[in-house]
Amino acid sequence: MKARIKFSKTGSMKFIGHLDVMRYFQKAIRRSGIDVAYSQGFNPHQLISFAAPLGVGLTSDGEYMDMQLVSTFSSKETVERLNAAMNDEIRVKSFVELEEGSKNAMSIVAAADYCISVKDGYEFPDNYQQLFETFLAQNEIIMKKKTKKSEKEMDIRPYIYEYAFSAKEFSEKIGGTADDSAAQKYENGKKIYFQITTGSVVNIKPELILEAFCLYADIPFEKFAYQIHRMEVYADLNADTKVSEEDYGKNRNLVTLESFGHEIEG
Amino acid sequence: MRKLALSDEILLTVDKPARYIGNETNMVIKDTQKVDVRFAMCFPDVYEIGMSHLGIQILYDMFNQREDTYCERVYSPWPDLDKIMREQNIPLFALESQEPIKCFDFLGITLQYEMCYTNILQVLELGQIPIYAKDRTEEDPIVIGGGPCSYNPEPIADFFDMFYIGEGETAYSELIDIYKVMKKEGKNREEILETIADKVPGIYVPKFYDAEYNEDGTLKSFEPNNAFAKKKIMKQVQMDMANTFYPEKPLVSYIKLTQDRVVLEIQRGCIRGCRFCQAGMLYRPIRPRDINFLKETARKMLQSTGHEEISLSSLSSSDYNELQELVYFLIDEFRTKGVNISLPSLRIDAFALDVMSKVQDVKKSSLTFAPEAGSQRLRDVINKGLTEEVILKGAMDAFQSGWNRVKLYFMLGLPTETNEDIEGIAILSDKIAREYYTIPKDQRNGKVSIVSSTSFFVPKPFTPFQWARMCTSEEFLEKQRFLNGKMKEQLNQKSIKYNWHEAELTQLEGVLARGDRKLSKVIYDVYKAGCMFDSWSEFFKYDEWVKAFEENGIDPLFYTSREREEEELFPWDFIDIGVSKKFLWKEYQTGKNETVTPNCRQKCAGCGAAVFGGGVCFEGKN
Repeated sequence: MKARIKFSKTGSMKFIGHLDVMRYFQKAIRRSGIDVAYSQGFNPHQLISFAAPLGVGLTSDGEYMDMQLVSTFSSKETVERLNAAMNDEIRVKSFVELEEGSKNAMSIVAAADYCISVKDGYEFPDNYQQLFETFLAQNEIIMKKKTKKSEKEMDIRPYIYEYAFSAKEFSEKIGGTADDSAAQKYENGKKIYFQITTGSVVNIKPELILEAFCLYADIPFEKFAYQIHRMEVYADLNADTKVSEEDYGKNRNLVTLESFGHEIEG
Repeated sequence: MRKLALSDEILLTVDKPARYIGNETNMVIKDTQKVDVRFAMCFPDVYEIGMSHLGIQILYDMFNQREDTYCERVYSPWPDLDKIMREQNIPLFALESQEPIKCFDFLGITLQYEMCYTNILQVLELGQIPIYAKDRTEEDPIVIGGGPCSYNPEPIADFFDMFYIGEGETAYSELIDIYKVMKKEGKNREEILETIADKVPGIYVPKFYDAEYNEDGTLKSFEPNNAFAKKKIMKQVQMDMANTFYPEKPLVSYIKLTQDRVVLEIQRGCIRGCRFCQAGMLYRPIRPRDINFLKETARKMLQSTGHEEISLSSLSSSDYNELQELVYFLIDEFRTKGVNISLPSLRIDAFALDVMSKVQDVKKSSLTFAPEAGSQRLRDVINKGLTEEVILKGAMDAFQSGWNRVKLYFMLGLPTETNEDIEGIAILSDKIAREYYTIPKDQRNGKVSIVSSTSFFVPKPFTPFQWARMCTSEEFLEKQRFLNGKMKEQLNQKSIKYNWHEAELTQLEGVLARGDRKLSKVIYDVYKAGCMFDSWSEFFKYDEWVKAFEENGIDPLFYTSREREEEELFPWDFIDIGVSKKFLWKEYQTGKNETVTPNCRQKCAGCGAAVFGGGVCFEGKN
């Protein structure tokens, strides 16, 4: 059977890279007694996969991992067992069973919500909200985007779906709950929330939007000045693999990755 | 959230920030206000190596079982962070509390290999603790060394307040008890050092001893200058291996380590008596752990860590009497749960091949033999009881079961070695390949692959070869060239790959291994000239060492390329490891006569280790 867990990653865990978080889960799963399935062969490995790698330095309230299980406990007990086997900076928030034949989280990721906090001690204009609004009011925002092979110019504006300056306002705009409970708090209180494209077709990193904004607002872009916190990851029910890059996400119908599964009762 | 010693900016700049944040699985958390003694345990090398070390895990567990003591860890910051800490004057901190180690009561440093000595100075300096023990005050921690290199602590004696000679399980508790009381009574550093030197067995306080030298540079006398200091320091041995500390919840790191698995120490010591091997003498007598204890501990450790591999640790696993029972238990219990079982230092025989075929992919794994020397004559000199017949038989059995890769380990520069012995390495490598090709072609698994590696022999203290002359770099390289030529003459040369080591690092290891107190200035100078992480070839600066030897008027060849007299007083002679100097000398002579000494289970050789009153010396004698 297939299952999906949602977890948060906070505090000093932000310094642990994606592959090491995966290793951490592999060992935690063993400690927890969860009946995960293994591959065949001399070096069997657990059948688990992550939705979207989170960069080093970022924190999150909305990480997802899929796993293949042989048998299972209830959702409640699975969450408790995993949390008992892990430190308090990685917390499993939910565990749901997926329909047989469900697609892997990794293959359906389409968008993500982020909360950007300005760290204390860094310059950031007090009228940043106004500046950010005029920044997004532009017809196009051309940025150089680096890929593994090349560097190309692209208009990133269409890929910024929503924005706000408070969790409440953002929740209203996305019609859901913006959960930034695990995000670090800073005294200056300057925050930007946005929902942007992510995934394998078009992947926009939150850093790129910040860099574009700084360029627009004439703020020196300092890469350590912002704490980026991921809040949620979505799939697009209207996803169309044949759509062009320009039209990607235009006709979207986003649902959280968690919504694909159902709770297992005890 | 835990407060970290380093800022986000620094942690996101340096390589592998997980080295510095602590909070690993099974890390011990204590209220620092509620403990009496704070102990920083240091492995002076990079995190991934230090965390792989079993000894530290044992001591970490042992210290932290005491409610009054908090043991935390510290490793050498990698050069990228080292630079930042110096620029920003950030004091080196322990991983658990993230607090500066200079505020601790003790800084314990484990000495696993000679080439980490400059890193000790790095840890002290970054820790903002005076490098020389004589410059430390009441504010500074007591710096204590331990581990294999403390069996000749003299080259680094000036940097330590004390050394603990022997296995940590026995006397640390007493040491902490005494310290705790004296600290409460407000006693000063000097009084504490004197009392510990007097009362705690195995403790050596370097400044309580004076070394005098002869005109030729050899040691003339080595005597206590303090009434509390013992004339001889007895090595500490944990004789009761059943009722002792073993970490049931070892630390599990976030990042991949050199040894990323559960390590199960099945026994301590070795019966073999190879004459080049320091561990084989230091850890006498052999003391096996109880099999039921091991089974239970394996289960607990796999459960508490979630590791997917378990490795048996000992100097010679095949000499553990109940090895078969233990290994088949591990396979039956854990193999179905995806746990790999790794068995280093296993003699290749039918049992080993059966186990290996169960736990490894035959196509991908290789057989390992360590004949150490290329000829039977030289193997007799070094008392390595492995014969050509056994090697060829083991290899052939393995070939017939589908293996086709063999790794062979040898040493160059062993005492009495001739060109014939060296050529023997090439011939033996070739013979194994020839064995393989006697199998009919349709039954073979492709080509055979033989990888022969040589390291250079370094005579170590407390071995029968402690008197022996070590080869110079030039001699080593000549031997290497000669062997490389001989390898090329072999029939199956295309199936044989020859790997070798660097000669310069070996020379320094040789100097430091049998060095004396005169060397501490050299170590200090090379450190100040920028040397650290010497065991890492990308950081090793041989020229700086050469320069420092010259500037201090020290001839490194005095320590290496000199055959010592029987009567010579060695800098490490004040340590009593149980095995007597007389026995070691006798073994040296027996070796030169190409005569083998039976192992401890065959016949007691009267080495002296029976003084500890247990282990193999009393097996079968109630």
